[in-house]
Amino acid sequence: MTTFLALSITGLVVGCIYALTACGLVVTYTTSGVFNFAHGAIGMVAAFTYWQLSVGWGWPAPLAFLAVLLVLAPLLGAVVERVLIRPLYGAPIGVTLVATLGLLVTLLGVGFLVWPPDTTRVLPKFFEGHTVTVFSLVVDYNQLLVIVTSVVVAVGLRLFFSRTRLGIAMRAVVDDPELAALAGTKPERVSQLSWAMGASLAALAGVLLAPLQTLNVTELTLLVINGYAAAMAGRLRNLPATVAGALVIGVSSSLVLGYAGPQVVNYVRPAIPMILLFIAVLFLKQERLRAGSLAGLRMPRTTGLRQSVGVGVVFVVVAGFVSGQLSPAHLAIGSQGLVLAFVMLSLVLLSGYGGQVSLCQLTFAGLGAYAMGKTGGGALGLLAAIALPAAAGALVALTVVRLRGLFLALATLAFAQAMDQIFFNHALGYGGTLAIPRPRLPFVDTADDQVYFVLLAVVLALGSVGLLVLRRRAFGRRLIALNDSPAASATMGVSPVRTRLVVFTVSSAVAGLGGALLGGLHGSVSPNDFLLLNSCVLLLLATLGGLYTPTGAFLAAMSYALFPELQKLVPELGQVQFLLTGLGVLALGRNRYGVGGQLADAGEKLRALRLQRVGVARAAG
Amino acid sequence: MNALELIGLRAGYGSIEVLHGVSLVVPAATVVALLGPNGAGKSTLLKVASGTIATTDGCLHVGGVHVNGADAAALAQAGVCRIPEGRGIFPNLTVAENLRMWTGVGDLRPAEVAERTFGRFPRLGERRAQLAGTLSGGEQQMLAMSRSLVVDPAVLLLDEISMGLAPIIVAELYELVGTLAQQGIAILLVEQFAQTALAVADSAVILSQGRVTRTGTPAEVEEHLAAAYLGGAA
Repeated sequence: MTTFLALSITGLVVGCIYALTACGLVVTYTTSGVFNFAHGAIGMVAAFTYWQLSVGWGWPAPLAFLAVLLVLAPLLGAVVERVLIRPLYGAPIGVTLVATLGLLVTLLGVGFLVWPPDTTRVLPKFFEGHTVTVFSLVVDYNQLLVIVTSVVVAVGLRLFFSRTRLGIAMRAVVDDPELAALAGTKPERVSQLSWAMGASLAALAGVLLAPLQTLNVTELTLLVINGYAAAMAGRLRNLPATVAGALVIGVSSSLVLGYAGPQVVNYVRPAIPMILLFIAVLFLKQERLRAGSLAGLRMPRTTGLRQSVGVGVVFVVVAGFVSGQLSPAHLAIGSQGLVLAFVMLSLVLLSGYGGQVSLCQLTFAGLGAYAMGKTGGGALGLLAAIALPAAAGALVALTVVRLRGLFLALATLAFAQAMDQIFFNHALGYGGTLAIPRPRLPFVDTADDQVYFVLLAVVLALGSVGLLVLRRRAFGRRLIALNDSPAASATMGVSPVRTRLVVFTVSSAVAGLGGALLGGLHGSVSPNDFLLLNSCVLLLLATLGGLYTPTGAFLAAMSYALFPELQKLVPELGQVQFLLTGLGVLALGRNRYGVGGQLADAGEKLRALRLQRVGVARAAG
Repeated sequence: MNALELIGLRAGYGSIEVLHGVSLVVPAATVVALLGPNGAGKSTLLKVASGTIATTDGCLHVGGVHVNGADAAALAQAGVCRIPEGRGIFPNLTVAENLRMWTGVGDLRPAEVAERTFGRFPRLGERRAQLAGTLSGGEQQMLAMSRSLVVDPAVLLLDEISMGLAPIIVAELYELVGTLAQQGIAILLVEQFAQTALAVADSAVILSQGRVTRTGTPAEVEEHLAAAYLGGAA
């Protein structure tokens, strides 16, 4: 019984922190209509700042606490609203999602930069050493503080949003900012205030969570993600349900940890919040079919068959020539870029054409690599590397078939994180590796790095040409139509379910094959190759490069492959891939078609100019 | 002094200009009907007059004060009240919370706002705890109109308040419009049903393709309506 109580208290404390996180998420979502993926990252930065002030610079703890909570965090929230969110009002959900993901990644980069992980940082608990005994159970003041704070915040928020004019105005602004302005309330001011409040709540959760473990940039960020499930339990609106959900998650995780055998603990416990998040998202109310909305921008022109084949052939020839000139190290980087570009083709299909935001592409790549490794390569291996992720993709598609936008992103996030914890960590060995053979081909020796480089170039060229063929055919038009207006597509007899099933399956298969080839490149894979955060970086880079063009995917993948090199050049920058990607997204995130789209546009203008010149010449002649 | 005055006003959406130099005046305690075919720029004119859309050229005067460049919230504080097309309510707030939002302008306390609204529309009182989005169309429009009752505006801009409503409710709403004008409010009225609007209006303006094509008494303007709407020789 004592064990049970002790476990429950531990769980309750964690649950309370999840509740604080989730409340913060709900506050920003209900008051600005934007789901802040960077919420956890804000909590992380706040916790580190608190450490810096109190431990690093020796400020008194209460002063540091108040400075972080009431000054720095709200300031950060207000600045984020002004710089990042305000220009995006009315933008499609995909754009705001990428923007806050970009912020998440930027803050991660900042975290690594300012607080390099080479030193251990520990925050003392609040009121260290003080305990009370309740029913023969020792509870320390830190735990009490967490519980009391959460109760006060939850009740306070509820009253604030239902009783005060400012709280009501915050909700009203989401409903109809224009009307709010007509009623004499400045919508921007209100939104800014709500972002400040949300950031403050994130900071509170981060600072309370931090003393319970050693400070770690990624862990803190991801732990807070566990609160997402709770926010979903309250459908992102209902605060009491959110708090209840958070407590259930906290206590159940703690009880499982205490009672279940080590087998279950290792496999399932870290994934419990993610599994709950997945389930919660699935049970959300059915969304109505959306009628079309104007994207406002012209899509890049789809390259014709002859031109794309031509470019593909030139690409392969150039790759063949270049492969002879590169040093082994550069060859490896190039190969990495090529194979990642192939993985990104799956994103072009799924997110670019299909408009579905997926945060689990690397998970499918990991499944492909796993299948290849377990079957020992060969034709069978390649087949398995395509079939296993395709099957998994189909399964995911069927479960999330009615979700779109934000909720689809959350479901794929949960899937990626859960697979990470349950599957890859074990199937690929703890931090260990799984050997992946390269595919064998007649006449050529794929074990040779130079040959493999050219092979990858061929595969990428074939994949790109194939993708463009798919885009120009009826299936491609169906995808675009479904993304533009699900309602109109349904009335014309386009089955959303079947189309989405196919696109998910094909895209997972592409990602899987890419994963197998990636594994073959290095000879082995480890769980760290397919982390959720890497999937996020991949999506962001693909967005930057341009989600609509294979060229964009290629550019994005090449820059991803170059990050480790850059890291070696300027090690002070910390984790460059986070910082640079994030900053890039923050700077360019508003351009939906990315660099690839710009290039296509430029090409288009050149063509027009040439045609015009030819016309003039003809007229003159 | 004119409560609302537009002089050579130009405005539009992005690079597309909708109003090409519109001039009109609405004196206090007067109802002016703004008529014209679809796409003439009527709603745009109301949006400009309430600060939702910025003026690109010309002058906007409220109560004799030059207010070009003021945003919607500032103009609301200055006494301009626009009831937008569709339903001017917050669907995900309760009736009582909607009324609480109306206290952003004027100096009435929440209790007084509720009292005044429910006195005029008792049915809203019965539904005070209900989400506004679940009210009937007529009740939603009553709730939207209640804002004009409680913020004591100097200028009231009404955009198609009869849209999609039963005739009996339309009659009730227009009775309120008449009362408000008697209290001294300047009212500019956009209405699809010209007859309904002309019946309560003191004067009327026809707007066509972003320009004022005719101004006069309701009777004078009515003669030219068919031509304005159907595009015949005026």
